[in-house]
Amino acid sequence: MSTFYFIAFLSIFFSILVITAKNPVHSILYLILTFFTFTVHYILMNAQFLAVVNFIVYMGAILVLFLYTLMLINLNKESEPRKSNLVKFAGVIGGGCFLVTVIAALKALGVSHPVILQDPNLGLVKNLGKILFNEYLLPFEVSSILLLSAMVGAVLLATKDPKTA
Amino acid sequence: MLIRRNAIVIFMSVELMLNSVNLLLTAFSVYRGDATGQVFVFFIMALAAAEVAVGLAIIVMIYRNTNSIDINVLNRLKW
Repeated sequence: MSTFYFIAFLSIFFSILVITAKNPVHSILYLILTFFTFTVHYILMNAQFLAVVNFIVYMGAILVLFLYTLMLINLNKESEPRKSNLVKFAGVIGGGCFLVTVIAALKALGVSHPVILQDPNLGLVKNLGKILFNEYLLPFEVSSILLLSAMVGAVLLATKDPKTA
Repeated sequence: MLIRRNAIVIFMSVELMLNSVNLLLTAFSVYRGDATGQVFVFFIMALAAAEVAVGLAIIVMIYRNTNSIDINVLNRLKW
């Protein structure tokens, strides 16, 4: 149980570091660490397939793509002008209100006994595959068309036009 | 009014939000014993991958045309 609290604290800490880091490369590295803590959360919930897919797809493909793009843009030390104190103060007030709401909502709850997994086969690849291919076959096929169109769109957007270049 | 002005950091925050929804769906799927939540997470991951590809292609093209990815500079449709 304390593993969960520790990993959850790490997730929140790294995600706050993502949005407050000055250098965008540091932001991406903290995001990689955040997604790694999410993978550990999935493993704690016995969602094994999602943990591995999270690792491969998010950390292995998407964030690497972010890093490539950021290196392509060739940013130096990001120089943002200092925000006025009024904006910072309003942000602190807004965030504080949200924090108070969340804490009040959490105080009204009670801690339940730990979730007992009814079916230990829930997160395995075989069972997920059975449900995916039996009930959700149409979204599966449509998502293949979606990925094809995204690929075509990305290549079309990123190629230089030989006439105007 | 957005605090961070880098378009890529904004995009990363959107990915973080999508991933948090994934975590919530998986938690409820484990709590209820229903595998539908995890199948939906799978589709959300595929969709996020496609969206990142297209979004980053757009950002690269914007940078190639205007040499800046600052959203305060880019907030006009035609300059």
